[in-house]
Amino acid sequence: MSSNGKHRFAMYWAASCGGCDIAVLNLHEKIAEVADAFEIVFWPCAMDTKYADVEALPDGSIDLTFFSGSIRNDENLHLAKLLRRTSKILVAFGSCASEGCIPGLANFSTVDDMLTTAFETPSTENPLHLRPVPRWAAPEGEIRIPTLAPVVRTLDQVVDIDYTIPGCPPESARIAEVVDLAIAAFAGRAELPPKGSVIGAGTSTVCDQCARQRDVKKIAAFTRIQATAYLDPALCLLEQGIPCSGPATRDGCGALCPVAGAPCIGCYGPSDGVVDQGARLLSAFSSVIDAREPGDIERILDGLPDPLGTFYRFGLARSILRASRPAFASSGVEPPVIARAPEPARAGAAGGTDR
Amino acid sequence: MSATTTQAPVGAATDSAGAAFEPVMIGFTCNWCSYRAADLAGTARIKYPPNVRLIRLMCSGRLDPAFVLKAFAGGADGVMVSGCWPGECHYIEQNIKALRRFVLLRRVIEAMGIEPARLQLVWASAAEGQRFAHEVGRIVEEVRALGPLGWGRDGARPHESIAAVSTAAGPAAVPAEVTA
Repeated sequence: MSSNGKHRFAMYWAASCGGCDIAVLNLHEKIAEVADAFEIVFWPCAMDTKYADVEALPDGSIDLTFFSGSIRNDENLHLAKLLRRTSKILVAFGSCASEGCIPGLANFSTVDDMLTTAFETPSTENPLHLRPVPRWAAPEGEIRIPTLAPVVRTLDQVVDIDYTIPGCPPESARIAEVVDLAIAAFAGRAELPPKGSVIGAGTSTVCDQCARQRDVKKIAAFTRIQATAYLDPALCLLEQGIPCSGPATRDGCGALCPVAGAPCIGCYGPSDGVVDQGARLLSAFSSVIDAREPGDIERILDGLPDPLGTFYRFGLARSILRASRPAFASSGVEPPVIARAPEPARAGAAGGTDR
Repeated sequence: MSATTTQAPVGAATDSAGAAFEPVMIGFTCNWCSYRAADLAGTARIKYPPNVRLIRLMCSGRLDPAFVLKAFAGGADGVMVSGCWPGECHYIEQNIKALRRFVLLRRVIEAMGIEPARLQLVWASAAEGQRFAHEVGRIVEEVRALGPLGWGRDGARPHESIAAVSTAAGPAAVPAEVTA
């Protein structure tokens, strides 16, 4: 608590788009209550503060920190550790911090592939073939930019966290509930939930909150929503062949997307008890496919052009595998291999020689 | 990695230098057909490679795709899913669900850079001990030919430690923090 009797609040964006910060500002007049109850000590999106100010703070001197964004580079990692040290309550705020989100999709590729796409593709004007250099000795002194990590990680994979608020971004009404809870808890009028809880969301699935009707359990074809001529406004989207992530996604948004006629894309992460959102979605989709023969199954699945992106759009960095094999292999650490066969023995083995 | 993460699995040669690679396989069997096929192979003294560790489920339809992913992430080089033949499922047609999951899961692991052949589906009735043993042998040899998968063993997750990435301009000095 600061000298003026207010509790201290901080918010930081690591590898994120800034949408989480906007979602907090979208509290509208309630933001005045936040300013009333909290002294905002650090919030790069909303005010001018320096890392050095935070570095100078004693341990545990910030009462509540919302950390949005995933851990993409060493700057993100530094701030994650710094805010863990200086915060009493550290909240993984939003999908990036809690499960990797869109930045986590980079875990399908190696950093080198990513940089090639960014700097070398035909649409990029880069005649000198420049690539980012983390440190550069300029006449005026050394210039530094953050170093990319081989894989994107979630906040809880690098530091201990207290709570998770899911969503991309979290709905402002849910953020307001959390703010009310924090204010009440700091005033001694409420108890904080157990450490590790997911707050500001439900425990069930988006389907549970969706008003659309579910009848049949079989679908004959997947299709993209923009390719459909007519969409039944009352019927389950998945039943109409539109890939919808509702069955494996935590509720909390009020099923905004499916109610509005767009499929759920899974931004609230896995529901309670689900370890891997993608695996659960995969399971749900394969359960409704109306085919018994491998050929028919393959034909229906061809309607899902990007199963990986569909299932792991938000949750790749926190999934069981976390990264594709090339990205995993490029992490710079030799995977512990038990026993290798002599090299010539496997020459020509299909796909097995990429490492 | 530290020595603790390089423990040899059961059945593998402990000498890591040049010793033959023994794949670690997880096999999911159903209570009613394929597990009994494995049982029959045992009572009939049919030999099959000891590389596969069988896990009995009530039905192949019980197989959560997360089980397969966890097996790979935990160090398995291959996963075998087995159940009753189509039309013979104890739970009417849950093995068909397993088939659909298998087909989709293969697409997913392929996109993740894991060879689809590391995941195999085998139908075996309770009377097919011979077939079960033969299929296990075939799959072990296929996976052996693919080589180690190299995902974290014993729960190790090598990619958790961030190593700095060299850029085209050459390797940069790594801030102490990055490797911490």
